[in-house]
Amino acid sequence: MDPATLTEKAVDIANQAKALANQAADLAAQAAQFGGPASTHQPFVTLFTVFVLACFVGYHVVWRVTPALHSPLMAVTNAISSVIIVGALIAAGTGKFAFSEVMGFIAIALASVNIFGGFLVTHRMLSMFKKKPK
Amino acid sequence: MGHNLAAFLYLIASICFIMALKGLSSPESSRAGNMFGMAGMLIAVLTTLASLEISSFPMIIAAIVVGGGAGTFIARKIQMTALPQLVAAFHSLVGLAAVLVAAAAFHAPEDYGIGTVGDIHGASLIEMGLGIAVGGITFTGSIIAFAKLQALMSGAPLVFPGQHYLNGALGIAIVVLIVWLIFGQTEIAFWLLVAVSLALGFLLILPIGGADMPVVVSMLNSYSGWAACGIGFTLSNSLLIVTGALVGSSGAILSYIMCKGMNRSIINVIAGGFGTDTSTAGAAKGAVDRPVKSGSAEDAAFLMKNASSVIIVPGYGMAVAQAQHALREMADILKKDGVKISYAIHPVAGRMPGHMNVLLAEANVPYDEVFELEDINREFSSSDVAFVIGANDVTNPAAKTDPKSPIYGMPILDVENAKTVLFVKRSMASGYAGVDNELFFRDNTMMLFGDAKKMCENIVKSLG
Repeated sequence: MDPATLTEKAVDIANQAKALANQAADLAAQAAQFGGPASTHQPFVTLFTVFVLACFVGYHVVWRVTPALHSPLMAVTNAISSVIIVGALIAAGTGKFAFSEVMGFIAIALASVNIFGGFLVTHRMLSMFKKKPK
Repeated sequence: MGHNLAAFLYLIASICFIMALKGLSSPESSRAGNMFGMAGMLIAVLTTLASLEISSFPMIIAAIVVGGGAGTFIARKIQMTALPQLVAAFHSLVGLAAVLVAAAAFHAPEDYGIGTVGDIHGASLIEMGLGIAVGGITFTGSIIAFAKLQALMSGAPLVFPGQHYLNGALGIAIVVLIVWLIFGQTEIAFWLLVAVSLALGFLLILPIGGADMPVVVSMLNSYSGWAACGIGFTLSNSLLIVTGALVGSSGAILSYIMCKGMNRSIINVIAGGFGTDTSTAGAAKGAVDRPVKSGSAEDAAFLMKNASSVIIVPGYGMAVAQAQHALREMADILKKDGVKISYAIHPVAGRMPGHMNVLLAEANVPYDEVFELEDINREFSSSDVAFVIGANDVTNPAAKTDPKSPIYGMPILDVENAKTVLFVKRSMASGYAGVDNELFFRDNTMMLFGDAKKMCENIVKSLG
């Protein structure tokens, strides 16, 4: 084999490798897209940071809630803690029909009771606290 | 939907939830806050649906319609006096949902990207275990709280020997089971953990009496938040973590405020058994023979009509009798006659934080006539009449004078400083704490025996 064909072949191989790398990168991008937010596991420290900061925000915001509105506060926190429905949706949404999906559907229904009921009863309470004409 | 976009939308939903709580700092901004909350929830659900390859939309919609329909129906029908049990029931649903989501994640970890069956990441399992434990306790604990508040079971504390040891043992069992779950990843460990958590929830709330329910309801509120947090860590979902932390700290702060309102530690409340002391019950019985001054609705009407200022002190008895509307009617007539009316609310009046405020608001009492304990306590000495309706322990001077009393140290409303104290009560029975109220026997006290609602209606008749 003469040096000229050898270099030609080497260039070919290099090009192929490049194409493969591109394909791999595309696939990785696609995987990230389809996996959605559920499939990207973040390091514990990141999540813990979020947790601690959220506790601080919660602490300061809740102390400023007027005592007269403590009942609505309970009702609305009850409604928003049903955001756990997000986890239920992931379980129910796979299209299979197995144990996890059944759990997911029940959890969706339970959380929905809370979401609709919680926000509505909060709304009912708060509309009683309107300023009355004297 | 790209990962970054989804995370960004989750962030917006989190901010909406913070705004919902922030809105509650005043009644004017509170309704807008509630709208923020709803918007946040909508964003959260839509983002999740859009970022997944969901192939079972009809089923999901059906589940939401069924649950949402039930929730809407209940929220429309519920009477405001029944709010505490409604909130307790709702807490139990969050707890159960957390357990179910954990079960789903344990059996199909691939869907959540936390590993494969039998090989789930260790960190996810710890958080999952905590989520199950807190969720399970919230579920059954709230059911007991609901049953007590709804009077399906006795509000009296249920105590038996060795209770604390049993609870302690169950607590240790939960820790052991979580460790087993992490290293064994077996079905048995998972379901045993669920079972023990459920049992502990029952046992924790059983010994806590009816009057401590404001603390219990707040505490379970807090737990439901921490359960959501645990699931959030398991699924690496910052929205769940933020929301769970907000709810968790909110419930914790409310529990703290309620405990302070009773001058008791949270440990003391959880240990339970308050108000079962037989010796104080005996003392109360002996005291019935002491003479009290009792009056009629006409007497009360006369006294208040000639007063220049009246402070109304509502308690749980007003809620039970549904007397808030009749009470407001009475106050309206007095106001027309030039009497200054204000309302004094003790932090633990009623069966949940802020319960009295909601009931008064329901009866169209303007919220600027309603005051918290520290804002109004000094006014009693300059007022002519303190009208105590359905409250007892929160006015008992023994909290200040008798170190032996179980309620010693509890902040009370100083109704004794008013020129005349009117007590609307059904009988001479002592309050939830089982303590006799010295005030009943004072010279400037007049007892108005009868149903709170009927009494108010009769006073209205006499005033007219």
